[in-house]
Amino acid sequence: MRLYLAVAIAGMFAGLPIRADASGDQGEVNIYSYRQAELIAPLLEEFTAETGIRTNILFLKKGLIDRVKAEGRNSPVDVILTVSIGRLDNARRAGITRQVENPKINANIPAQYRDKQNNWFALTTRARVIYASKERVAQDTITYEELADPKWKGKICSRSGQHIYNIALFASMIANKGEQFTEKWLAGLKNNLARKPAGNDRSQARGIFSGACDLGIGHAYYVGLMQTNDKKPQQKEWAKSIKVLFPNSEGRGTHVNVSGMAMAKYAPNSQNALKLMEFLSSAKAQELYAERVFEYPVKPGTKISDIVKSFGKFKPDTLSLEEIAKNRKAASRLVDKIGFNDGPNS
Amino acid sequence: MIRDQSGKNGLAATGQSGKKPSLLRRLPSRYSVITFFIALLIVLPIISLFVLAMGGDGQSFTHIVKNVLPRVGPTTIIMLIEIGVLTAIAGFVSAWLVSFFDFPGRRIFSWALMLPLAVPTYLAAYGFVEFFSFTGPIQTAIRAIGGYTSIRDYWFFEVRSTTGAAVVLSLVLYPYVYMAVRAIFHFQGAHIVESARSLGAARRRVLVEILLPMARPAVVLGVTLALMEAINDIGAMEYLGVETLTFSVFNLWLNQDDMAGAAQLALFLLIVVFVLIRLERWARKGRKLHDERTHSLKAHYQREGLTGWQALAAVVFCALPVAFGFGIPFFVMAGYALDYLGEGISPQLLEALATSIAFATIAAAVTMVLALIMVYSVRVSGSKMTEFLVRIASVGYAIPGTIVALGIFLPLAMFDNYFDGLMRQGFGFSTGLLITGSGATMILAYVVRFMAMGEGSADNGLRKISPRIDMASRSLGKTSLQTLRKVLLPILSPALATGFLLVFIDSLKELSATITLRPFGVNTLSTYIYDFASRSRVEETGIASLIIISVGIIPVILVMRTMLDRR
Repeated sequence: MRLYLAVAIAGMFAGLPIRADASGDQGEVNIYSYRQAELIAPLLEEFTAETGIRTNILFLKKGLIDRVKAEGRNSPVDVILTVSIGRLDNARRAGITRQVENPKINANIPAQYRDKQNNWFALTTRARVIYASKERVAQDTITYEELADPKWKGKICSRSGQHIYNIALFASMIANKGEQFTEKWLAGLKNNLARKPAGNDRSQARGIFSGACDLGIGHAYYVGLMQTNDKKPQQKEWAKSIKVLFPNSEGRGTHVNVSGMAMAKYAPNSQNALKLMEFLSSAKAQELYAERVFEYPVKPGTKISDIVKSFGKFKPDTLSLEEIAKNRKAASRLVDKIGFNDGPNS
Repeated sequence: MIRDQSGKNGLAATGQSGKKPSLLRRLPSRYSVITFFIALLIVLPIISLFVLAMGGDGQSFTHIVKNVLPRVGPTTIIMLIEIGVLTAIAGFVSAWLVSFFDFPGRRIFSWALMLPLAVPTYLAAYGFVEFFSFTGPIQTAIRAIGGYTSIRDYWFFEVRSTTGAAVVLSLVLYPYVYMAVRAIFHFQGAHIVESARSLGAARRRVLVEILLPMARPAVVLGVTLALMEAINDIGAMEYLGVETLTFSVFNLWLNQDDMAGAAQLALFLLIVVFVLIRLERWARKGRKLHDERTHSLKAHYQREGLTGWQALAAVVFCALPVAFGFGIPFFVMAGYALDYLGEGISPQLLEALATSIAFATIAAAVTMVLALIMVYSVRVSGSKMTEFLVRIASVGYAIPGTIVALGIFLPLAMFDNYFDGLMRQGFGFSTGLLITGSGATMILAYVVRFMAMGEGSADNGLRKISPRIDMASRSLGKTSLQTLRKVLLPILSPALATGFLLVFIDSLKELSATITLRPFGVNTLSTYIYDFASRSRVEETGIASLIIISVGIIPVILVMRTMLDRR
């Protein structure tokens, strides 16, 4: 028995001493990312080529913030990369970020796209648009409010109402129009759904392609991903069947969400972290990143990819991201309350 | 079952009359202490949940009761009932057919019925949605035949529904039932059926009066595992758009910033599971399930040959779950793999494969050693307290992986930082994140999550061995440890091997805890797949998905070979 115990203990404590070097090695920077490592890889390669600083990236999901919080002052992470305002704001409130005062970064990223105390910075914006069937939808403008109009009954597809992207959209509606209006609006939208909310944004495009619905709610960048999918040419067909409508273009503008970065409170390589953050806000990185993910760079004057340009003119809602973050909880509760995810006829 | 008729547990009670009472009395305490600490380690995430649940201000309570439970509760219950019924039927009937009848392909089905176990639920969900989607082969064929262009022109079922999810999960989870029932028929069923038949009992009577009651504990064990896996699932549920209680746990935590509320809901779920399992045990209390003639079944058993429509029906019934549970996901992923074959297998993928195998092997070994210690300790000491702890330890399987991961990570990181602080103060150097910075937390998470399988297998194995064997060994002067090593282990090895392989397969497939806990530079097959799948580009994971399924197949076949006849 002693032998077995020894083996067990050895296996648990000594068997796998894989540790990130958090000793403050001059030559590296550690990244925790909600964004897939592969999307960021070309950027990081460029960064290493320019500065000689090595990068270690770990792709995490649910629990990233709680993990960093628990790691405390021994956390190896320097820079946190994430998508959606909800997660950036959660990170700030969990106290795992630190304020970064850097003239270069501040010059690159407009105040609208960073935290008041500079706890986080947006890198790209993504528009939550309406996919519309080219064949069956004649109009070329639309508003979010209109989605609750009974004329769309049985014609709208959406992913889960509790998905972080939809929560941000609904939160922006609360911030703009108030909670009561949003509740009624959501109930109307729910009644107009063609089917139970499920799948991802791309599934909604396929829904239109299949004829199940005429409108879908999704991020614009998926259209870019589908258009350029050489491995699954079928998805090019889905993309061809839809047009991108930027809602509320004639009013307050289209709801935007962001991808962003923050420096970890206990970043062991804070100097390198700063260099990486400066780099990510630079024109070169902004162009490279936005091109790769089909999103809009936040640095004014950066070149936008041709595919993104082809979606059409885009006027972003100037509502502050913090306002959206503040209303997320209320939005999520409304989705529960009206049973949005149960779909139509319930 | 090893309960003796007096209702007392194990050897402590019966051992009192043994030759060395003093030794026997002394032993239990030592075992209990070891077991206590192992169980403590395994219930760590549950303790964490309790601590987290205390932190709430109850602000979400009304919301949960009013807006969440009335919708999500029924959905969860309906789905679980559907899964329970489907897995029980598919698992029991196929095991019954394969065990007692002969029909074309029987020997192949005997192991092929286990194959779906190698398919992770998230891949099954994805494969089914793709296969039955508008652009999948079935609907494309329907349109071609009917001359349709739009989905509105014809009716087609929706995989993304509560029942759809139940069917998909049942198709990959029924092997738990199949395996358990098959084992019990193998070890106990044959000679009884033979005697019954020789006495002229009709097939139906044998089935209803002998086999069903005999298989009941096995069905319950298999269904319990299937239901716990269904309860803790989040990946497949999110994709299929089914809001279960687990979905709400995550929603409360991540969207409504209420960790305490989430922990409370998770605990509620856990208590329900625990009560259900206790109820079941209570319902079959007093029955004697232990059969001492376990070795009477052997090669000479003659299966009843089926012909005509009966043979056909048997073939169809066995073929369907395999074709759907294994065939469809495999077909979809193989299609993707072909598209990407030109790019070959990347070195990262091979590294992920090696990492997966290494972690799964260590986790399975540790789980089985700990399970054996716990189960044997209950047998030797007969302590109610120990037994209770062991039971709780197994319920961990119903907790979602991410929650288990955090439940382990939070206290251990606290320890790491505390220890680091001591070292900094006392000796002026930092130890950093000693435990949480290593892969050890991943192993621990697998051990915690899959202890149910380890414990279940070890327990079942041990229960099949008559306590008289222990007594004989002990009365010959062997200690309990010697008895375990020299006498019980050799008999137990098939059961332990089964448990090892089950834990291995599940560790290999594990995603949520892995992704939350892994340190820098550690990629497993499942995180490799998730990296792509989360960007809705599952098609790029074809090769990795095929590898994860294939690596799972080998142990699946091994399980059958260890457990069953080698003829």
